[in-house]
Amino acid sequence: MENIVKKLISLWLCATLLLGLGACGSTSEQTDNNIADEETGTTATQEAINETAEDEDAIDGTTEDSASGGKSMELYVSAAASLTDAVTELNQIFNEVHPEVELVVNYGSSGKLQQQIEEGAPADVFVSAGQKQMNALEEQNLVDTDSRIDLLENKVVLIQPATAEHELASFEDVLNDDIKMIAIGESSVPVGQYTEAIFTNLGIWDQVQTKANFGQDVRNVLAWVETGDADCGVVYATDAAISDKVKVVTFAPEGSHDPVIYPAAVMAGSDQPDMAKAYLNFLTSPEASAVFERYGFDPVN
Amino acid sequence: MDLSPLWISMKIALCATVVTLIFGVLAAWCVFRMRRGWQILDGLFTLPMVLPPTVVGFGLLVIFGRNSGLGRWLESVGLPVVFTWYGAVIAASVVAFPLLYRATRGAFEQLDPDLIACARTLGMTEWQIFHKILIPNAWPGILSGVVLSFARSMGEFGATTLIAGNIPGRTQTMALAIYSAVQNNKKTLATRWSLIIMVISFVAIFLMNLTLKERKTAHCYNKCGEKQREMTP
Repeated sequence: MENIVKKLISLWLCATLLLGLGACGSTSEQTDNNIADEETGTTATQEAINETAEDEDAIDGTTEDSASGGKSMELYVSAAASLTDAVTELNQIFNEVHPEVELVVNYGSSGKLQQQIEEGAPADVFVSAGQKQMNALEEQNLVDTDSRIDLLENKVVLIQPATAEHELASFEDVLNDDIKMIAIGESSVPVGQYTEAIFTNLGIWDQVQTKANFGQDVRNVLAWVETGDADCGVVYATDAAISDKVKVVTFAPEGSHDPVIYPAAVMAGSDQPDMAKAYLNFLTSPEASAVFERYGFDPVN
Repeated sequence: MDLSPLWISMKIALCATVVTLIFGVLAAWCVFRMRRGWQILDGLFTLPMVLPPTVVGFGLLVIFGRNSGLGRWLESVGLPVVFTWYGAVIAASVVAFPLLYRATRGAFEQLDPDLIACARTLGMTEWQIFHKILIPNAWPGILSGVVLSFARSMGEFGATTLIAGNIPGRTQTMALAIYSAVQNNKKTLATRWSLIIMVISFVAIFLMNLTLKERKTAHCYNKCGEKQREMTP
């Protein structure tokens, strides 16, 4: 009896191992299929290119150069996580013009993206949510300095829950008695630093602090205002734009804080700087600007 | 809803589980047989569990990035690790390894030492002892380690984002999809992925419990367990 049990156990052990390995194998097969699919997709787009080859040549010499290998090229873009939706939409538009380019976009916090680029992770274009990270990379000569641009500007806004009864009109109104709690970002996160600058500029930072609840990032602040747990909060215009549970009271007074800039640049280590520049140019095009505006960003220029 | 994060997560978690199973059991066997200095090795093997995953991820990025010789060599032979799904397998394996290793070592240590001594006097080689005595008898413990490390791999976030990035359709796992959804204020999407992760991990743990029950405790509770309860006032 015990022998049978033992045999069953070893059989089961083997089966589980095989199953595990099998699953692993089959998933890699699946990826192979995916790759195969991608390849057929590429040939399809290649045919499309061939059909319109003459036009392509006329429009863009670099396209012809890069496509001459007959392979689809990969362009690595590292973009701040707050840009996910806008960039995803823009990439579809870009691919209509450049179907031979496969855009591989890595979304993350700007600090993490900076670390990855420093350690040599592939990146052709970097769009950061702050100047700090781009400056740090530039100091290490990892940025093609000539290509660096200020791509977008974000605004800092005061928000209230959409259902709020007492409507505010300005930043100074947060001192009203019916405002019990103001949600703001911690001083360690950029939005917190901007908020502090604004209220300091208005000369009411000390009073504000007595009612403040500090969120560890801008999402926390937004969530508190959305649920009505805070009576108002200070976030970026983009955050306010994607939430229908909050309403914007007002933009921060002109000059009360440093501009919130999203810089973009081609990386010095890029293998295809021409295409990277073409992509960057596309991001500054009127077509792209319209998309960015829809997500609450203010294109610079 | 794009389901690619589900497949990517499953692929990564399954492969990482197989990797941790092989290395975890071997590491446990190795430490189990050491007479001196095992404390040091045990500490080293447990470290990934103590360290914040971002630290593990950063370490892997330094090891496998283009700035390291190893990273450049792997890239030159067509196996770049950074920003690939097997990079994520490495990250998940490292983070989940201690769970399997500790579960297995614990199971080995609970075996009757006489059993091993006996086998040795009867002329079994160490390898025979390993696969004929240790593994079959410690299997329930190993299995619980397997399930825990699978669940851990499934939820791995910190180390994965650094080494594998967050590339939709390539390396974006469910945990990363939740992060992206939250960053872009898509609460429904984030909730859906959270539910899927919970269901999968719960089912895995539930199935493990079912299997274990059948193997050992079932007899105990039906027979001796009941008797014991009757006997104690």
